[in-house]
Amino acid sequence: MLTFLSRRLLASIIVLLLASYLVYILSANAGDPLEALRTSTAKNKEELIEQRIQQLGLNVPTPLRYFLWLGGILKVFVGHFTLGQTISGTPVTTAVGNAAIVTLQLIIASVVLAIIFGVLIGITTALRQYSGYDYTVTFLAFLFFSLPSFFIAVVLKAYLGITFNNYLADPHVAWWAYVFIPLIIGGAAAGVSGGTRRFRFVTFVIATIATLAVVVFIAATNWFVTPTLGAADIVIVAIVSVALALLVTVLTTGLRNRKALYTGLTAVAVGLVAYFPFIQISGQLQLWSLSLLGLLTIAVGLLIGYLYGGHDRGQSMRNGAIIAFITGLVIVINRFMQSWNVYVNEVVSGRPIATVGSGTPDLNSMTSSFWIHGLDTYTHLLLPTISLCLISIAGYSRYMRSNLLDVMNSDYIRTARAKGLNQRTVVMRHAFRNSLIPLTTIVAFDLGALLGGAVITENVFAWSGMGKLFTDALHNVDVNSLMGYFVVAGVAVVVFNLLADVAYSALDPRIRIAA
Amino acid sequence: MSQLPPIEPDLNEAAAGAAAPSTVAATDQQSNFELKEVEGLSQGRIVWRRFLRHRGAMISAVILLLVVLMAFTSEGIDAAGITIHGWWPYTYTQLTTLHGGGAPTWQHPFGEDSLGRDMFAIVMRGCQQSLTIVFVVGIISVVIGVIIGAASGFFRGWIDTILMRFTDIVLIIPLIVLTATLGRRYGAHGPLILAVVLGLASWTALARLVRGDFLSLREREFVDAARVAGASPWRIMMVHILPNAIGVIIVNTTLLMSATILTESAVSFLGFGVQAPDVSLGSVIGEYQAAFATRPWLFFWPAAFIVIISLTINFIGDGLRDAFDPRQKRALNKAARKAAAAAREKARAESAASTQPA
Repeated sequence: MLTFLSRRLLASIIVLLLASYLVYILSANAGDPLEALRTSTAKNKEELIEQRIQQLGLNVPTPLRYFLWLGGILKVFVGHFTLGQTISGTPVTTAVGNAAIVTLQLIIASVVLAIIFGVLIGITTALRQYSGYDYTVTFLAFLFFSLPSFFIAVVLKAYLGITFNNYLADPHVAWWAYVFIPLIIGGAAAGVSGGTRRFRFVTFVIATIATLAVVVFIAATNWFVTPTLGAADIVIVAIVSVALALLVTVLTTGLRNRKALYTGLTAVAVGLVAYFPFIQISGQLQLWSLSLLGLLTIAVGLLIGYLYGGHDRGQSMRNGAIIAFITGLVIVINRFMQSWNVYVNEVVSGRPIATVGSGTPDLNSMTSSFWIHGLDTYTHLLLPTISLCLISIAGYSRYMRSNLLDVMNSDYIRTARAKGLNQRTVVMRHAFRNSLIPLTTIVAFDLGALLGGAVITENVFAWSGMGKLFTDALHNVDVNSLMGYFVVAGVAVVVFNLLADVAYSALDPRIRIAA
Repeated sequence: MSQLPPIEPDLNEAAAGAAAPSTVAATDQQSNFELKEVEGLSQGRIVWRRFLRHRGAMISAVILLLVVLMAFTSEGIDAAGITIHGWWPYTYTQLTTLHGGGAPTWQHPFGEDSLGRDMFAIVMRGCQQSLTIVFVVGIISVVIGVIIGAASGFFRGWIDTILMRFTDIVLIIPLIVLTATLGRRYGAHGPLILAVVLGLASWTALARLVRGDFLSLREREFVDAARVAGASPWRIMMVHILPNAIGVIIVNTTLLMSATILTESAVSFLGFGVQAPDVSLGSVIGEYQAAFATRPWLFFWPAAFIVIISLTINFIGDGLRDAFDPRQKRALNKAARKAAAAAREKARAESAASTQPA
């Protein structure tokens, strides 16, 4: 294993070096870095040009200048690491560092959401192969593959963002929302549920009525304007948490496992007891203290499962931990919603869904509340995240579908069925886990590629992340910035490819890396 | 190779037959039906027939053909010094009088832009350029990818090592970085040069796939036979191995082309691709994205054509993949399909009957 890793790493470094040479030559020849100065009207033009030539070492021929740049990196061994200066004279390392943080912020949420939804859609389409639901999703996946990312981004910006903001200014639910939203959700639920015609019809009716009730509730309480009922919020938190607890229990252990079920419900009850104290202290919380509370929540969930005991204590504990965490999440989301009104009216004057940038400028001077800052980040993340998500979801769901179909046709699944396991155990315990293994590779590749910045999405939503760094550098023929960008992007690709290989061999015992 | 190897498959078949006689009979019967239909047809004709029966792919092919015809006849051809006028009264650079803010009218069905240029003409010109780029990139990628993949898969050894490391070098540079950097330099020289440059950047995946196919095909008996008969490496590669790898190549080239139209439009959208005054679908969208809320026709028409082209090529690729898939057991016409289904049903009933305790 170690031999394999070191050999791969060595090969990757050589490949990276050669690729960086290629990129350096290409980008240095992409245009004239002095173009802006040459056309300027400044009196000391000649002087400025001369100064920049000195600053960027432009009098050295390109093939040799690369080695000056490489020398800066190699100085890491003597503690003078540098990636050179940008065209405006600031160090590249700071620019790249800032951009990388922004990009990380952008892609983490979208990757997590894309995995969750992609896996969900992939599983349901695989289990309902050749149904109307499957065909609809297949067609939609094809459509999203074929949509240019900038098209999705611009449409989201113009329709979702602006329409929603207009809705907030004048909260009035149109008649079609009462008709089409419930029908679509009901249809999807019926498609997913499968089974006999009667069963599907009942599912359709229940899902439609439930969705209609939610829409009516939202319209009646102007939920999107003031998404809170004050102290009565605890009722909503209770309903949502219990529903999620039941769902998690059905999927992981089944309702038959009473100990696991009671563990989950107890975890929800503990969460509800802690609700009011949490709201009391929430004003003083920061990210780190909230994370500590999250860990504590998981520990409490584990403890509840442990105390219930029984012969499969492990399952109860796992169930307890998952449900405790979800309940905590619901409460935190509720807390965010209580700040929503303040945020909308006092910070962004009624138009919360941002279409530009990664944060409201000078928010720090307005408030230091963790919750307001969080909301600000989310509203700025919303649209770019959706547009990044949609395309990844299309890919992941197709991939997951074919994986699961492969696995479901394998012999050990037939064995599992033959020994009398029920559908839930076969799918969740035997098939689902194994079908996730190949997905790790794809996700790792994607992450590596995305760290190079979602160039188009960042461009449309005016985020100044890695993609912006790249396009700006290329526009100005700022070779050092571009190389700084490439170092991060290239290393990310190499590292994540390596991680994908290692993860695959760790997860799938049939794959052995030849040392 | 005068001695035949011992025939092992027979043994396996016998064992399988002993285990489940009825299933073997059923599959035999089924494959008989399939064989009867493709009897006496070459592999190419079988694939072609399967493709013709793929409804989504055929509809897509017709639509794509219509788009190509419309794009090239309406605006005429203006390349390499040859100018042929099309049937559309306006050209993409011609300024016309602006009516009502440029909203679509009978005279200008796609509307006009802010300068009064006819949007239909612009979109058709954009389609021409985008389609040209897609096809040129496809051709260049195939040539480079097949040569590199074939050489490294067939010769192996140090040639393989060098070529694959070279592929890695190109592969490690994100495609958008490579294409945008090259486009920044060569985009102003016209779409053809841009297409060549994009082609030089997008052959890598194809090379790897072709290499994989060649690696496995070169170990097959017919290659040994050809070598013993004295064929040169070039002849073995071109005449014996390449036709067997053609499925992988065609399918992946199609998928590459549908990805290329997205790459090209992304690069042009960022302003590093096709340069004004010439237009491509991506550059039109990039130019008018700010006008989206007020004059959506400037945005929607070019976007619709990108989606149409990309979607149809994707569906054609899907149809080709199904057609080339040797595991595809679908019988070729309805009657044969019904007969096969009936045979399966019968076999199933038989096996069910035999497993029932007497």
